[in-house]
Amino acid sequence: MVSITDLHKKFNKNTVLNGINLDINKSGIIAVLGPNGSGKTTLIKCILGMVIPNKGTIHVLGTNIKKNANYKHQIDYLPQIANFPNNLKVKELITMIKDLRKPTSQDANLITLFKLEPFLNKKLGTLSGGTKQKVNIVLAFMFDSPLIILDEPTTGLDPISLIGLKNLIQTEKTKGKTILITSHIMSFVEEVSDQIVFLLEGKIYFNGTINQLKLKTNQPDFENAIASVLSNNYA
Amino acid sequence: MLKILKYSFYDLMRSRWSYVYFAFYFLLGLVLLFLNNNLSKAVITLMNVIIVLVPLIGTIFGVMYYYNSKEFTELLLAQPLKRSSIFLGQYLGVAISLSLSLILGLGIPFILYGLFKSGVIWDFSLLLITGTFLTFIFTALAFNIALSNENKIKGFGYAILLWLFLAIIYDGLFLMSLILFEDYPLDKLSLIGTMLNPIDLSRTLILLKLDISALLGYTGAVFKTFFGTYFGLIVSFIMLAVWVTIPVLRIVFKSKRNDF
Repeated sequence: MVSITDLHKKFNKNTVLNGINLDINKSGIIAVLGPNGSGKTTLIKCILGMVIPNKGTIHVLGTNIKKNANYKHQIDYLPQIANFPNNLKVKELITMIKDLRKPTSQDANLITLFKLEPFLNKKLGTLSGGTKQKVNIVLAFMFDSPLIILDEPTTGLDPISLIGLKNLIQTEKTKGKTILITSHIMSFVEEVSDQIVFLLEGKIYFNGTINQLKLKTNQPDFENAIASVLSNNYA
Repeated sequence: MLKILKYSFYDLMRSRWSYVYFAFYFLLGLVLLFLNNNLSKAVITLMNVIIVLVPLIGTIFGVMYYYNSKEFTELLLAQPLKRSSIFLGQYLGVAISLSLSLILGLGIPFILYGLFKSGVIWDFSLLLITGTFLTFIFTALAFNIALSNENKIKGFGYAILLWLFLAIIYDGLFLMSLILFEDYPLDKLSLIGTMLNPIDLSRTLILLKLDISALLGYTGAVFKTFFGTYFGLIVSFIMLAVWVTIPVLRIVFKSKRNDF
């Protein structure tokens, strides 16, 4: 699906990614973890072609992503901060994204799932943060793409919508898709993910399952395992 | 690109500011025409307003739109779209909606006044064309500044400085250099100096057409003797077009290399 070789990225003098090598071949849910500023979002943005790497290559479904925007037809992306043009209505935004990508009928189910019907004719500027995030999720999931990238998907969601989101992620997984997630909510990661990629100072520190991480760190549960990785490296 | 253009245009057409801008020109046009009763004087007053105000609004609006829609731009960047078409679409959306506010805001009062029966219709059209050029030039410059500066405050600062420089400081420096070097032949220098500033260029262009020698000033006079009225008009139009093209090309170039 995604293969990354020797990826380097600097912002001015600040090295963010320092030689990332990552191959994601099988379907399932992969969580990209790491402390603040470890390069999670930059890595994701590199895959999406929004950040241009200084060195290294990225292949998505076999095509090199350099100077080619068409591979993005295969990716659904949920950005971290949802901020839309304030003067557009929710319905118009959905129509617009469909117009820009391709027609789909999935949006109706998603709108029911997140109970967005009362907001369809409201302007985006008047929505609350959580509702905007729901609109964001609808936009990300309505195209049936084989690769889904979710950057902090739980931000601002109420418990019911969170359950809805988890179910949605599981349904997509059973369809054989690859889902890449970043999150700081460890319980959420533990619950949904099959594989963990742990970034530390721009390098991959750990790549494997949760159980392997527990073994490696000698910790009984996931949260402590992560904490021990962090304290060992910062102490 | 056309789809992006369509949606940014819709978005802007619903924003309050487009209507405020439209209403301002509408009132200005009405007041000037119906209290003044002299069409050519109204055109000259309008010229003075347009030449300062259009660049200011173009710069501020361009920078503001870019920074305000930044997160949405990121969403668009994740879609299968070419980078250059996203930014060109947004740029054209801003520039066209501002130009429409200007053209309709001034055009309607003039049509109400009975412009089509009067002789100044060409002077007036030229005024609107120059105003549109200035909108396109300064919106493009604003997008350039915003693309190069991630920091909003810096971006706004540079945008205001650019306007201040081209609208006011440039003239002062230009005049000083003319006084300082008055012993030398200055025709070519002043010609080049005028061409390098789109605001000066527009002023000269309109005054050439209006044929008011009293207002032409030194540069205008040089322009006229050097090029003659009609050739002068053509040369200044070409220069205005160059002023649009170069910043637009830089938007395309820069947007391909930026990180978002």
